Amino acid sequence: MNGRLRGFRFLQGAIVPLAVLVLWHGLAVSGMVSPLILPSPWAVLRKWIEYISPHAPFDPAQMSYAAWLISGELPHDAYASLHRVLSGFFIGAVLALPLGLLMGASDTVYKLFNPLIQVLRPIPPIAFIPLAILWFGLGNPPAVFLITIGAFFPILMNTIAGVRHVDAIYIRAAQNLGAGRWTLFRHVMLPAASPYILAGARIGIGTAFIVVIVAEMIAVNSGLGYRILEAREFFWSDKIIAGMISIGLLGLAIDTGMNRLNNYLLKWHRGIGN
Amino acid sequence: MSESYIQIRGVSKVFPDARHGDVVALKDIDLDIRRGEFVCLLGPSGCGKSTLLNAIAGFSLPTAGTITVDGRLVRAPGPERGMVFQEYAVFPWMTVAKNIAFGLEIQNTPKAAVRERVDALLAKLQLTEFRDRYPKDLSGGMRQRVAIARVLALDPPVMLMDEPFGALDALTRRTLQDELLRIWGELRKTVIFVTHSIEESVYLADRTVVMTYRPGTIKRDIPISLARGRDPNSHAFNDVKKEFAQLVMEEQQRHQQDEIRAAIAD
Repeated sequence: MNGRLRGFRFLQGAIVPLAVLVLWHGLAVSGMVSPLILPSPWAVLRKWIEYISPHAPFDPAQMSYAAWLISGELPHDAYASLHRVLSGFFIGAVLALPLGLLMGASDTVYKLFNPLIQVLRPIPPIAFIPLAILWFGLGNPPAVFLITIGAFFPILMNTIAGVRHVDAIYIRAAQNLGAGRWTLFRHVMLPAASPYILAGARIGIGTAFIVVIVAEMIAVNSGLGYRILEAREFFWSDKIIAGMISIGLLGLAIDTGMNRLNNYLLKWHRGIGN
Repeated sequence: MSESYIQIRGVSKVFPDARHGDVVALKDIDLDIRRGEFVCLLGPSGCGKSTLLNAIAGFSLPTAGTITVDGRLVRAPGPERGMVFQEYAVFPWMTVAKNIAFGLEIQNTPKAAVRERVDALLAKLQLTEFRDRYPKDLSGGMRQRVAIARVLALDPPVMLMDEPFGALDALTRRTLQDELLRIWGELRKTVIFVTHSIEESVYLADRTVVMTYRPGTIKRDIPISLARGRDPNSHAFNDVKKEFAQLVMEEQQRHQQDEIRAAIAD
């Protein structure tokens, strides 16, 4: 793509967001709605900058410059949310992956576990909130528990599907070359299923991110979800929107990172286009 | 018959099918193949030629009869009977070199020996420039070269080939046929090659076994006495082709009538 075309594409992509901003601004300054209900884009941007900036001026005696840069409220909240997402996602993946591989590879294991999973899977992770609080109290444990559930099922379902869709020709070829059970599993089934598994991981981390925001509104007092609920109690609508935009940006960053990782791990795969 | 290297005795294969009635894919096959021989199994689809090959490979054992290779009964797949598949069965998640090394690595061959062997095979099949590429970047012909090299890595005495060049364009196909003949001449493997191309069987084989459409039996077992370096445009070549064509077309007719019958019955 040459420079002019790229510039054109960029402008094309900017049209709708700009139009929405103009409309929003017009509505906010028209006086038709109270700034308490809908603050102007400028107010939100000012709040966002305040939210991301460090509280105190830089003092070399206190901390390093890098630490000072991320000492604001937003970096702390983003870190808290991200930490929960990754913990829950990690636990969910560690549980779902072996079970999914076993269920995909063995009909017996599949028949044993499938009925229970089919009943549990349609329950939204949010519906586990009362039980999570009852079991784990308040704080990080119930939040991580809910995120684990959110990440577990997409990874499990995709891993099962991935193993079941391994082309029989690869298994035959490997057996023909003398592969035993373990080699077959580790060097054929697992890599052959990896496009499905990674797609499941991408959905799983997306679900985990949705769940973390809800969990933070209920069980903990840090993180991006907690912050926007707190802002509502003070009628800081500019901070609510600034927080929501931060959530969107962090979600986008996670998905982009996951996509990059997938493309790297699946560089051998035909279907890679983005 | 002390000459017989692969012995097929009374082999039948029935696929149970409750709805349409059992399918007798192979019926009472007796076949002897000498060491170093290049044998083609020829016939229309549904004649059981791939079923017979899969039975020799050990993927799908016969329901009756026995198959022995070098005196040993075939019970399971094994690397001494290397298979080159019709579809692209090279592992897409491994580079060309990794694919070729696969069989050696699972035998715990020392690294240096693996590398040496892989390098030699890359050179033999003109794949050296592609050593670190993934199969998705390779043409169909190149992928089948990798599949052949992967099997050759384990130096199997028997090579089983299931229409390996069926999906290739005519020019690539001829190049690979020549390459295969060169390798066969050099390494003296016993080759069993399944095809539905009459020309391919006349070009490649020492002997062609023409099979009948359901049940799969041996219709004719014909040695091809044409001298090697065969010219597909020569009269002698075309005479053999015509003889084969007649045999195969009789079976193709039966195949077609069967399909029409099945369509009416549905």
